[in-house]
Amino acid sequence: MLLQQIVNGLALGAVYALIALGYTMVYGVLELINFAHGEIYMIGAYLGILLLTFFTAVGLTQHHLVLSLFLVFVGAALYCAGYGLTLERVAYRPLRHANRLSPLISAIGMSIFLQNYVMLAQGSTDKVFPHLLPSEPVAVLGVPISLLQIFIILTSIFLMIGLSLFVKKTRLGKAMRATAQDKRMAGLVGIDINKVIAITFVIGSILASAAGVMVAIYYGLVNFFIGYVAGIKAFTAAVLGGIGNIPGAMAGGFILGLVESLGAGYLSSEYKDVFAFLILIVVLILRPSGLLGEKASEKV
Amino acid sequence: MTLLETENVSKVFGGLTALDRVAIAVEEGKIVSLIGPNGAGKTTFFNCVTGVYAPDRGRITFRARPMIGRAPHEITRQGIARTFQSIRLFAEMTALENVMVGAHAQSRAGILGALLRSGWVLEEERTLASKAFQLLEFVGLTDRAEVWARHLSYGEQRRLEIARALASDPVLLLLDEPAAGMNPRETEDLMRLIRRIREQGVTILLIEHDMKVVMGISDRVVVLNHGEKIAEGSPVEIQRDPRVIEAYLGTT
Repeated sequence: MLLQQIVNGLALGAVYALIALGYTMVYGVLELINFAHGEIYMIGAYLGILLLTFFTAVGLTQHHLVLSLFLVFVGAALYCAGYGLTLERVAYRPLRHANRLSPLISAIGMSIFLQNYVMLAQGSTDKVFPHLLPSEPVAVLGVPISLLQIFIILTSIFLMIGLSLFVKKTRLGKAMRATAQDKRMAGLVGIDINKVIAITFVIGSILASAAGVMVAIYYGLVNFFIGYVAGIKAFTAAVLGGIGNIPGAMAGGFILGLVESLGAGYLSSEYKDVFAFLILIVVLILRPSGLLGEKASEKV
Repeated sequence: MTLLETENVSKVFGGLTALDRVAIAVEEGKIVSLIGPNGAGKTTFFNCVTGVYAPDRGRITFRARPMIGRAPHEITRQGIARTFQSIRLFAEMTALENVMVGAHAQSRAGILGALLRSGWVLEEERTLASKAFQLLEFVGLTDRAEVWARHLSYGEQRRLEIARALASDPVLLLLDEPAAGMNPRETEDLMRLIRRIREQGVTILLIEHDMKVVMGISDRVVVLNHGEKIAEGSPVEIQRDPRVIEAYLGTT
């Protein structure tokens, strides 16, 4: 039971962490909470189901499961990257120098807009898809874990390692960190700030799309509203880890997933959201800058 | 050859005229100092040249190209780099990373390359790192390469700022009070460093309050007071100029 809940928590946490990264990275460079980020994840989940349905209809998933999964991830990533890019260009860049509240309201507006747009385009009922990978747990070293959970955890860890290397090692990653620390100075050393911000949105959207696709495969079900709850949870994870801090978002996501899963398993599954937010409140009281955050964040 | 030329540059903040029709020409290969009492408009002038502020009037040309209206990163790519009066390093990056970021205007790997981490990008990162390391050596910070910028001493931070500015391969380097807060020995080292930078073919425009530095290394000195240029000449001429003495000491 305990191990089972831990595995469930890690899989859930991996998804939260991937979405939380988008919140934290955008906050890092813009000091903006991109409230529409959860909707990007939701669109990624829709695309996962739509593409899988299509690939199944043409017979690709039956014969080439790995190839079709890969194509689903790439397709969703490209589509969501386009949405992220457009979102930044349309809803945030024109308000870059406006009063702090304006982009926040713009973000909430985009969130509502995207939810309703997807509802109109795809209908307000759940979209379902049969499970592709076996979801029954198999015992790995005595731990009951399903192939899907292994897939989700490993894919997430792979993406997070990729992101860490990118931010730490590449020229663009350094430009991103420099922009987050001092935007004006970054411009003065020759960094194109607009490009860095756009790329930050693209990367965050790609990570969210991967989370969306995995959730779509995991539950075999999406609706237009899943981005709202997941977005709030992931935002909580980002704040828990220290908003603006990349390892913090990863840690926050996993902690939140574990707390929810253990709380649901041992106390009450109806109160699992309460545990998540209780943890957040405790952390904010004891450590307002989050678990790994260094600077006190006056801007949240 | 004139490298940087400004004509009639004016900048007003509210009711305060920070710059009033300033005309300055900087010849290639020279060390030019910009001096004047506090609030004379020296840093505002730097901000106009580097694109941080847009002047209200006037023209700024660099290598015969107009600079006004360009974004700071574009001006950096044209070959102007600067340091700051109040140090502005990327505090939570290592000394080496700071210099590598400074070389940003130079490296050319595109978005896709950086995302895919192709061999070519890795190659470029290595070249960049070794170039950055050479610059740290040039300013004498090799043993501090892996230290976070915020953990460096004050004098080291000043030198790191210079190394970062040099990383963009500038033609013109603007130094804003590089000797501020330095002890006499560090100041001596700094003067040697500035001369060595010039020997590498970089033209230098310098804001400085330390008259020993100004008179010791400048080929030309320009004096601003209340946003206006009141004198220009060799260090010896400036030291004898009654208007300059008046600006600094007041009338008797």
